[in-house]
Order: sequence, then structure tokens, then C-alpha cells
Amino acid sequence: MATRHDTAAPPAKEGGAAPGRPPADAVPADKDHRRRARLSRRWQRDVRWSPYAFVSPFFLLFVAFGLFPLIYTAWASLHTVELTAPTDMEWAGMRNYTRIFDDDFFWNAAKNTLTIGIISTVPQLLMAMGLAHILNYKLRASTFYRVVMLAPYATSIAAASLVFVLLFGRDYGMINWALHFFGIDAIDWQNDKWPSQIAVSSIIVWRWTGYNALIYLAAMQAIPQDLYESAALDGASRWQQFIHVTLPSLRPTILFTCVVSTIGASQVFGEPLLFDANKGASGGAEHQFQTLGLYLYEQGWVNQHLGRASAIAWTMFLILIVVGIVNYVISRRLRASS
Amino acid sequence: MTTTLTKPADAAPEEPRRVRRPKSARAGGQMHAGPIAYVILALFSMVSLFPLVWTAIAASRDNQRLAESPPPFWFGSNLFDNLDIAWNDANLGEAFVNTTFVAGVSAATIVFLSTIAGFAFAKLRFRGRNAMMLIVIGTMMVPPQLSVIPLYMMVARLDWTDQLQAVIFPSLVSAFGVFFMRQYLLQALPDEIIEAARVDGASSWRVVWHVVFPAARPAMAVLGMLMFVQTWNDFLWPFLVLTQSGNPTVQVAVAGLGRGYTPDQSLIMAGALLGTLPLLLVFAIFGKQIVGGIMQGAVKG
Repeated sequence: MATRHDTAAPPAKEGGAAPGRPPADAVPADKDHRRRARLSRRWQRDVRWSPYAFVSPFFLLFVAFGLFPLIYTAWASLHTVELTAPTDMEWAGMRNYTRIFDDDFFWNAAKNTLTIGIISTVPQLLMAMGLAHILNYKLRASTFYRVVMLAPYATSIAAASLVFVLLFGRDYGMINWALHFFGIDAIDWQNDKWPSQIAVSSIIVWRWTGYNALIYLAAMQAIPQDLYESAALDGASRWQQFIHVTLPSLRPTILFTCVVSTIGASQVFGEPLLFDANKGASGGAEHQFQTLGLYLYEQGWVNQHLGRASAIAWTMFLILIVVGIVNYVISRRLRASS
Repeated sequence: MTTTLTKPADAAPEEPRRVRRPKSARAGGQMHAGPIAYVILALFSMVSLFPLVWTAIAASRDNQRLAESPPPFWFGSNLFDNLDIAWNDANLGEAFVNTTFVAGVSAATIVFLSTIAGFAFAKLRFRGRNAMMLIVIGTMMVPPQLSVIPLYMMVARLDWTDQLQAVIFPSLVSAFGVFFMRQYLLQALPDEIIEAARVDGASSWRVVWHVVFPAARPAMAVLGMLMFVQTWNDFLWPFLVLTQSGNPTVQVAVAGLGRGYTPDQSLIMAGALLGTLPLLLVFAIFGKQIVGGIMQGAVKG
């Protein structure tokens, strides 16, 4: 068939359903019929099953490296497992959970995760929103600003944290040096509780603000222009337009970035690990900036209690689910009230 | 300059024949930015770039100079010595080869799998499609720390500790990638083209190969770069399974520099600079496309 088709219809690409196709009676009618039936069956099978073939690699890999570990972590959290012999598991019931809930360092880490999460996420998203608003104007060299804003995103946690350790040095750091011009005494960014948390958060803010600004900018550019035009005709000022047109249109995007940032904040690990001058996993000498992620690492890989670390991981997951539900309820409320 | 344009009154008398509608009501009328906007952007650009520039400054000094006040603001003469020592101390040559390999394999696989899955979700009808897409989005919510412990046990049992495949296998799935390609193909691939290919008798694989891949090429390139950056910068998991003496990735090697007993800050900065430079180069060259890609993926369709 293929050869005949090629010779008869010179531009093969136009071929397909071309009217210039040679008459079908070159082949006996019933043979042709059977061939068509066979092709049509194969065709239907293809159409029916190929979507599953296309999505199955993702799901297979997800089951192996996402779902299975998820369930297995729950299982391991009910056992005593040591890092030295990860395959020897001894049933422990809820003991790992009661153990970590009794640990003051767990609650300390939970509190730190929350505060670091707030002082990194809130300013980050607010600044990103402001930047996006500015970038949404007609600008000279707008691509330049976007690329520059994204440079921190290209910088790894490891490199960024190491630089910030130096910038936040107590005696010779750039930031304290700059602060003394404003009459502010040297701040011990590593050992005092709030300064150290602010310093760790600033690494996160630095890396992610530009990225979030781009996401807001994309959403802003998708807002239909006539909404602004009619608002302007109604006499709305720029600020009123921002409040009454931009923000409501961005609500899904804002919610999306909130969820993503919350998940990110719950997992903060590399920044406090590398910010620690004592090179430990305790998050500072007095655990002043130990996050849950770091606490998990300390329990699992320093103290070698993998079972306990699993319990921490699942506790974190459950907290996230609760946060997710709260988020969902709030967004429903917001939608209903508007 | 641009500022005059924000006041319609200034411009009106000079071009009397053109009827000027109010600025905010012009078609497609984004307003021009005023000087304050430029000041804010300039400040923000400086804050974005300063730590990177200062990494290079610190790397060009010696340890002693970094422990003096005021801190150095300009380059010294030790840059190449420090880079050389950091390169050798941290075993960065091997780390670069390792990271390039890991990030390359992961990015290529993610792009391929995400494109075919994204195509199915965007353009094909099949039972359970919406439920499956929900699961894909839901998997983005699962924190990686949850899987770290069993993965570590798997790796330990397979004797893969310090082996690169321990890093590669878990990073082959990306729900974000599937979502990203779906969003792109929804708008970039007209249904008619697929139908036309179908009428011509193309099988699903032929459609993917001859229609979807060419149409998706720009998005595939962007996703590939994003995933390359992400894998290159990945820290937690490589840090757990790879040791500095085994098969380090760049991040593990750079982090190791800061962990010696008597850390030499200028060497650490030299290592940090080396670890960051390749990606910054990629950004300097493809920045525009990457920015466009992130913005593309952000808009919900």
C-alpha cells in the first residue's frame, strides 16, 4: 500500500485523505475489507490504551519512589530501627511518637519551624507581589530585571548559605559593619535566637522572592485588560484598581504560592544546617534555629534512630495535611463571601 | 524620559491631531513605570546580585583579610590560587562530572516522561483522566523528607550508598513536569493537528513523535533547564546518600568545604563560586527562555 501511495501522490505529506488516491479496486474487495477491519481493531486498541501507556511511567515511578516510601515510613515509625542495621525492625507501637512528643527539642523545633516559616514566607510573598506589580508596568530592560531576580534561584542552598554565614558574621561581617553606621551595635546573628532565625530566613527570602514575583507577574499578565479599563472609567484610582481588580484575580495564584511556600517552609533543612558555626545538626548551640527538618536529620542520622525519624516525618506530614485543610476551608470561605 | 508619558497633559499639545484617550483606558494599555519603580528595581537587583558578587570578592582574598573590619569591597589577588586549591581539596572535578551526569540523565528522563504524560492529560480522552491528574497534583504536596528514610533503607539494601544511581532513580519523577507540559500542550497543540494526523492513519506513538514532540520543543527545552537546575542544586537527598569521599555531587562537595576543623573562608567562597558559576552561566545565556518558561508554567489553564 505504501509504495503505491507514494508513486501516485507525489507530495506524500498532503497524501492521507487525498482525493487523488488510486481506486481501491486494485485490491480484491473482501481482502481490502478484512484489512480495514484489522486496522480498525488495532486502531481502537491504540486509541483506547495508549493514554495509559503515556501516563504509566510516571505512576510506576511514583509508586516506587513516592507512594511506597510514604507508606513504608508510616510502618517504620511504629518500629525501633537503627541506622546501623536498617533492615532489623522491632515492633514498638506508638513509642516513637510518645518519645518525640516528650522531647522538648521536638517542640522547640516545631516552634522554630513555624517562626522561621512566617518570617521567611510573609515578607517574601509581599515583596514578590510588589515587584510583580512594578514589573507589570511598561519598563525598559524588563527582561534584564527578570533574569537578575532569578539569579538567586540558580544559586544552590549550599553556596548561598555559606556566603550568608560570612555576611552575617558577628565581628567582621558585612551586615554588622553596615549597621554600625546607623548606630546599631554588633548583633550576634549566629547565637541569639531571633537574629539567627532572621538570618536563616533571609537566605530563604533572598533565594525565592524573585521566583515568586515571576509567578505573580505571569498571573497579572493574564488578567484581561478591559477589567482595568472599565474600572478606570468608573473612576477607580491605581490603588483601588490594584485592590479591586488585581488582587481578586490573583486569588488562585496567591493560594498556590501560599501552599507551595508552606510546604517549603515546613521542610527547611539545608539553610540552618550550613548556617551553624558548630557544624552540627542541632541548629545552633542552644537549638535556637533547629527546624523540624534538621531535628529529623539529627534523630535519624546523628543519633541513628530511623524509627524515631520516621515518626517525625509522619508528624510533619500530618501537620501539613491539617494546614492544607485549613487553607482549603479559608479559600472556600473567601470564594463564598465574594 | 518615561515619566512625562504618565501625565497625559504634557503630551497632548504636541500632537494635537491624535485623539488621546485616558492612559489607563488604552487598548493593551499597560502604564509606563515612573522613576520610583526604577529605583526599587535597581535596589532589588543589587540585593539579588550582591551576595554573588561578594562571593567572588571573598574568593579573591585570603582568610586573614576576611577576618578584618571593614570587610573587603573589591577584588584581591588570590582568586586563582584559591580556586585552584578549592578545586583540588573538594574534589570538584569529579563532583562536576558526577553532577552533570546525574542532572543530565534526570532532566532528560523527566522531560520525556512528562511530555508523553502531559500530552495524554491535555489531549487524550480516557477513563479516570481527571482523577489521575488530581493524584499527580496531589503528589506535589508530599514532602520529600517522608520518602527519605525508606529510600535510604532501599539504597542500603541494594548497596548503592555512594553510588550515583541512588541519586538518579528517585529524581526521575516530577509531578511539576507533567503539570507543566499539560498546561503548555493545552494551548500550544491544536486539536485539529492531532485529528489530521489520526485521519492520515498515524498511530499514537507516531502522533507523539511527529506532532507532539515538535510542538512541545520550546517547553521541553525550558523544562529540561528547570529540572537540570533543580537536580544540580538538590541538597538533602545527595547529602544523605553520598559522602564527600565517595561520589560527591557539587553541592555535597561544596557543603563539605565548610565543615573542616579550621575552615578557610576564602577557600570556602572559592568553592561556592565554582559550584554556582556553571548555572549562572546557563542563566546568563538562557535567562530569557527560563523566565518565560516559569511564567508559562505558572498560569493555570
